[in-house]
Amino acid sequence: MKFSLGPSLFFWPKSQVESYYQQAKSSSADIIYLGETVCSKRRELRAKDWIQLAHEVAKDSNKQVVISTMTLLESPAEIQVLKKLCDNGDFLVEANDLSAVQIMHDLKMPFVAGPAINCYNLSTLKVLLKQGMMRWLMPVELSGDWLKSILQEAEEAGVRNQFECEVFSWGYLPLAYSARCFTARSEDRPKDDCQYCCINYPEGRRMNSREGEKVFVLNGIQTMSGYQYNLINEVTALQELGVDIARISADNEQAFIQLDKFKQQLTQPAHYPLDGVNECNGFWHKIAGMSIAQ
Amino acid sequence: MELLCPAGNLPALKTAIDNGADAVYIGMKDDTNARHFAGLNFNDGKLAKASDYVHERGKKLHVAINTFAHAGAEERWKKAVDNAVAIGTDALIIADVGVLDYAANKYPDVERHVSVQASTTNLEAIKFFKNNFDVERVVLPRVLSVQQVRQLAKSSPVDLEVFAFGSLCIMAEGRCYLSSYMTGESPNTVGACSPAKYVRWQETEQGLESRLNNVLIDRYQSDENAGYPTLCKGRFEVDNNVYHALEEPTSLNTLELIPELMAMGIVSVKIEGRQRSPAYVEQVAKTWRMALDRYKQNPDNFAVEGAWMQTLANLSEGAQTTLGAYHRKWQ
Repeated sequence: MKFSLGPSLFFWPKSQVESYYQQAKSSSADIIYLGETVCSKRRELRAKDWIQLAHEVAKDSNKQVVISTMTLLESPAEIQVLKKLCDNGDFLVEANDLSAVQIMHDLKMPFVAGPAINCYNLSTLKVLLKQGMMRWLMPVELSGDWLKSILQEAEEAGVRNQFECEVFSWGYLPLAYSARCFTARSEDRPKDDCQYCCINYPEGRRMNSREGEKVFVLNGIQTMSGYQYNLINEVTALQELGVDIARISADNEQAFIQLDKFKQQLTQPAHYPLDGVNECNGFWHKIAGMSIAQ
Repeated sequence: MELLCPAGNLPALKTAIDNGADAVYIGMKDDTNARHFAGLNFNDGKLAKASDYVHERGKKLHVAINTFAHAGAEERWKKAVDNAVAIGTDALIIADVGVLDYAANKYPDVERHVSVQASTTNLEAIKFFKNNFDVERVVLPRVLSVQQVRQLAKSSPVDLEVFAFGSLCIMAEGRCYLSSYMTGESPNTVGACSPAKYVRWQETEQGLESRLNNVLIDRYQSDENAGYPTLCKGRFEVDNNVYHALEEPTSLNTLELIPELMAMGIVSVKIEGRQRSPAYVEQVAKTWRMALDRYKQNPDNFAVEGAWMQTLANLSEGAQTTLGAYHRKWQ
């Protein structure tokens, strides 16, 4: 099994992004995703900068670099940027909206179907395969049993060898997307005058219940889980299911440590009790996402 | 422009038609639709009756099959398509790519609409559905501004339908797992958001508390109106500031956009609320019918009447309405 570093979902200054990916280059990740997936107003790096960064990360390294693309695309200008990224000529692209699937199909190029593509069953998987999908990351709300069922069906249908399967395994979960910017709202600004305030919250902004429970993280137009999803104890299960890649979501603090820890599970498996006020794994176990099955 | 009204049962459907709906949309009594609530929706017998009632009056019936088919249980969604076609539905409203594929192949002559749950917000995504499943119409999510809807309407190869009135979903529909994160059940998988079985009300010293699967959603003082604890409409704390961090209890109301929507060539305005009572359907259908007819009679002097707004506000969450994302300031 391989391990990937997912795209950073947060808004960081350009210098921080560059130094982060320098670190990523020497990390234990096999695959590195980079690119803006949340908000088109975040322009510390523009399309050409992301492509250039992809070249720098790929240079003299044995890592596969993938360019991740936006999830909620609402304007022709955003589609233009998306087309530029899709037609980069060198790197595989992660589609997070069916617009990117359409564009990659037109370009006759293979793509990764990211977590925001609603692929819940074999019939959908088969349509995406026909469009050129070569790797699939299931929606984060789905369970291990659900995945098992689809992969079995894919096996029976004789298509399992046509795609790699990746699972979001660690980090704050991307849960929802809105027209509204909740970070701007938290500073009492409208989105049109957001002053790019997400940049002040490199790990998003905590939204707690009035009892102090960490419910969600506000990240611009995206709402994330308040707890970090952690499948560290499921690495063996992932392997047994035939999952090809486990994704560690980029995070300023811990992602590189987690990559090593996850990788170590292959050779020296250990059980890590999860921390009930910071971590969760409910989705995998088909219970409320924010809860824990130890 | 078609007035498309919701119906969660036969009385609501009849009320909608009798009060001016051009078309009604309904769902089946299982998890194949996004309003899968106890006591709601249509079994096979009721489905046929609904079809008869609508068609005898020269109106149209749309059947919503708008959750995502479960792995290993796709037959249920295919069966729903078969049933809808068998009773003579005029259109299938579908969210799942796999289900659309089935419908397009098996029933190429039955009109297919892309459900709002498919999150189709741009031209390339519309092309995806047009090219692959020859859909007739796309229902736009409630995340686009009027300007963005106008741009899309100019270039779209298929007809567009928009939401006109009802509970406001503030996230891109079909792309929100907040409910399953908190309860294990989401619109995509189960056809319900913030399901009632997880709701708990409790009088405490600090006030009346509403909880969803034990998470505190809101706490009301005695002078405040308590609303259903839809999780995105509660009060939360961000850096010691307690407020409606995502959205206030409010409903979408776009009466004042009628002239613009007409000018853009939007083919249908949709009223939300299959879970609401026949009385709700009656009031909304009647009000919207009046407004649309008034516009048609005299487009140049169309003005929204205060009484219409009042009627709709009374039917709204928190008794207040908004233009939502159509108005950029909301965003």
